[in-house]
Amino acid sequence: MTLTALAALVPALPFLGAAAGLLLGRRAPGFVRPLAVLPTATSFVLAAIVAARQGTGPATDAAHRLTPTGSVPIDIALHLDGFAVLIALLVGLVATCVQVYSLSYLRDDPRYPSYAAVVSLFTAAMLLVVYTGDLMVLLVGWEVMGICSYFLVGHYWETEAARAASIKAFLVTKLGDVPFLIGVFALAADAGTFRITGILSTASAGGLHHPTVIALLLLAGVAGKSAQFPLHTWLPDAMAGPTPVSALIHAATMVAAGIYLVARLLPVFTASAAALAVLAAMAAVTMIGSGLAALAQDDIKRVLAYSTIGQLGYMAGALAVGNRDAAVFHLLSHGAFKALLFLAAGVVIHAAGTNSLTAMSRMGNLAKRVPDAAWTMGLALAALAAVPPLSGFFSKESVLRAAEHAAQGDTAHVPAAVGWTVLVAGLATAVLTGAYASRLFLLTFLGSGPEAPDHGKQPVPMTAVLWVLAIPTVAFGGLAYRRLPDWFGGAPLGPTLTTGVLGTALALVGALAAYSAWRAVGTTRAAVPLGAVVENADADVEPALVEAEAIATHKEVYGDIAAADDPGDPGRLLLGPLHGAAAHGFRLDAAYGALFVRPVLAATSLVRFLDREVVETWVKGAAGAPNLLGAAVRKAQTGNVQTYLGALLAGAVVLAVLVAVGG
Amino acid sequence: MHLIYPAVLAVLLFSIGLYGVLARRNAILVLMSVELMLNAVNINLVAFDRWLGDGLHTGQALTLFTITIAAAEIGLGLAIVLLVYRNRGSSDVDRLTDLADPGRPLPEQRAPGGTAAGDEKAEATA
Amino acid sequence: MNVVHHNAAGSGFLSPTGVEITFVLVGLVVLGAALVTVTTRQLVHAALWLVVALGGIAVEYLLLTAEFIAWVQVLIYVGSVVVLLLFGLMLTKAPIGRSPDADSENRWVALGVALAAAGTLVWVVADAFRSTWIDVHPANGPGATAVTGSSLFRFWVLPFEALSVLLLAALVGAIVLSRRRPEGRDR
Repeated sequence: MTLTALAALVPALPFLGAAAGLLLGRRAPGFVRPLAVLPTATSFVLAAIVAARQGTGPATDAAHRLTPTGSVPIDIALHLDGFAVLIALLVGLVATCVQVYSLSYLRDDPRYPSYAAVVSLFTAAMLLVVYTGDLMVLLVGWEVMGICSYFLVGHYWETEAARAASIKAFLVTKLGDVPFLIGVFALAADAGTFRITGILSTASAGGLHHPTVIALLLLAGVAGKSAQFPLHTWLPDAMAGPTPVSALIHAATMVAAGIYLVARLLPVFTASAAALAVLAAMAAVTMIGSGLAALAQDDIKRVLAYSTIGQLGYMAGALAVGNRDAAVFHLLSHGAFKALLFLAAGVVIHAAGTNSLTAMSRMGNLAKRVPDAAWTMGLALAALAAVPPLSGFFSKESVLRAAEHAAQGDTAHVPAAVGWTVLVAGLATAVLTGAYASRLFLLTFLGSGPEAPDHGKQPVPMTAVLWVLAIPTVAFGGLAYRRLPDWFGGAPLGPTLTTGVLGTALALVGALAAYSAWRAVGTTRAAVPLGAVVENADADVEPALVEAEAIATHKEVYGDIAAADDPGDPGRLLLGPLHGAAAHGFRLDAAYGALFVRPVLAATSLVRFLDREVVETWVKGAAGAPNLLGAAVRKAQTGNVQTYLGALLAGAVVLAVLVAVGG
Repeated sequence: MHLIYPAVLAVLLFSIGLYGVLARRNAILVLMSVELMLNAVNINLVAFDRWLGDGLHTGQALTLFTITIAAAEIGLGLAIVLLVYRNRGSSDVDRLTDLADPGRPLPEQRAPGGTAAGDEKAEATA
Repeated sequence: MNVVHHNAAGSGFLSPTGVEITFVLVGLVVLGAALVTVTTRQLVHAALWLVVALGGIAVEYLLLTAEFIAWVQVLIYVGSVVVLLLFGLMLTKAPIGRSPDADSENRWVALGVALAAAGTLVWVVADAFRSTWIDVHPANGPGATAVTGSSLFRFWVLPFEALSVLLLAALVGAIVLSRRRPEGRDR
């Protein structure tokens, strides 16, 4: 089979699996699980074969024009290069892991067939985005991901939080997608084609007329999809979805689409220094803000969500300094360990019966209940905090190295200020990352108090997947950093002494600060018992149910969806007065509510008032006048024949008189 | 003879019949008033037949037909009145208001049992 | 038209002949009886006053030299129709004596309509036939029974026969309507 046909099969298989799953879901329940796992797994294998055959060779392009479509043609195009095949490999790996994990996690869910089908459809859309060589086709996958994300976040639509989160995720990403669409059109109008190769050659030849406008429009879509400030607010709320969904969509794939798009179209962005500056500022604000917010969250998954936003900020920063190799490198390693973190968090939530760090910190022996999760999560958190020699260290160092390179003014098109911004923000975020990663681990696994409830052994598919993902978490960075430049055709990505030592030291500072704060408030924590655990969670209960219940009850137990009023939280000590604001994402939601939601609601109530009071009055008047007339005429309908006859004859007399007089 | 005498007599008789049709409550009295109106027409027919004097005697022939039809009408009308009386226990014209607008409450009607009893009595009287 | 002014010279509007005086007097009796018929509160009396009115009309027919019509009037109206009406009154248990509710509420409307109609028609008729006379004295005139009979069976025989069918239908209809249905087979 040719390379092109193989690559075309990679997105097609999960798509067919999704269609078959949706069709057969009710009629043949036995086929649902094979249809969910096998196409995704096959497509992972095929992606690996494609990656192996593509290798470090020149990019493969194939296009087929189905039909002429106006002045700017749309092609079904494939574009395979190092970025595409490696990211497709990551997507395939994470999707397969998530499907296997979901087998156990949602084993009794009545909506499992549609869930699995939508996950497959989502995977297909992401693979399409990765492989396609045409912006219009990319847009199709981009939007399919948006709608799948809506369905998956709202999986527990019985709960208020999930409904609100799914609508929020959809609306916020759409808010970015509208300018994105306009940007794509403007780009195609300037370049005369939707083909990415054509656009890139136009951009490098300086053929774009409005590079800044186009880049900023595209950035809006990227900010929405990749959860960058100021459109990041949907991601923490999207944690109301099931954990595997968080792992798949909100850690490794969908949010990566924005980064991937900028990486593919980087020449368009480097054509405009202003766009790079905006991207850098966006990344810096996102990184630091999300690090602070992550330190204050109580929900374990919200911590991970904010850390995702922060790591995406690193990638955006790498792109801002014009180094897409570093961005994609970090994307790959982050995808692996963040998926692992989410899946492990799912195991922990199942075991602890709660998603609250406060409750877990008062629970003894949680680590012994779920040793696999504890070990793998510890590794992944270390990778997140960029502890050498885990993969996160190498990828993050590549980003910092690129930023430092740009700060020296050695990168073409990139202003030194952009480099400095990214470098400083990246180093500050390294401290925060170390702190919140340590806080998460300490609170989760080193709690003291009553024994954690025994839910029995965790299902094998769930734990096995954790170890599978632990392999790239540990080894990918160290093994790959020397060979990736061949795949990407760029500069070396290895760590340099300055940034390496500096970054690691700062991460350790953060971790030590968290540890000492944790020790300092240990007595307080022991003195203030807090926490509610999902009660009747025995071993047979489906893990997803435990999580759904934990999400549904979190607010009423702790008073807030994001934070718990816990004086024994080290994050509270570290953040000081900032804690309250950070726990609520710096009140950005409230600001958006005041700025956008409330005016819109006021406008709708005005419209409603106009409709009810003004328009309806006319309508009622139009109905009331005939009604009154009818009532008057109805009075004449007495049913008395003599009355009718009297009126008839009186009329006849009147007519006769008129005729006689007039005639 | 001046034609105006029979003509005016017919007009006045017709108006009296008209008043009776519109004002009387009992259906049989209404029928009597209808007879008066028919007779007014007959007077006209005869008088104008005399005035025109055509060879076919149209007016008098038509008068005969009118009288015949009036007889048939009174027979059918009385049968209908009897039927109404049997079904509703009354032959009052202004109480037959079933076709009134139902926006206001309908006038009370006799129970079916009462109707049957009325029938028995009517039959016995007959 | 040849009859119109036949003896117009001998009779004027203000110099009535004996026939005219008789006609007016009988007409007044007819009108009075008719008025009592439509206003009396005693239902049986109304039927009896109707006899007077119809009989008076028969006299008027005679004065108009329509003798056959006059006898038919007496035979059918006075002889059968009024008897039928009396039967009807009896079968519907009309009260004997004064019944206070013989007139309905809209009697004033009826009075207005009737007066308006009378006024209009009298005005129109008087206006139209102010100077028209009819000749009521020809011997063997058109009102003679022989003449009427021959015209009826010569020129009007088809409507006459059709009328007999109509009478038959009315007869059947009246019987069907007034027949008592056996219990349980209503409609």
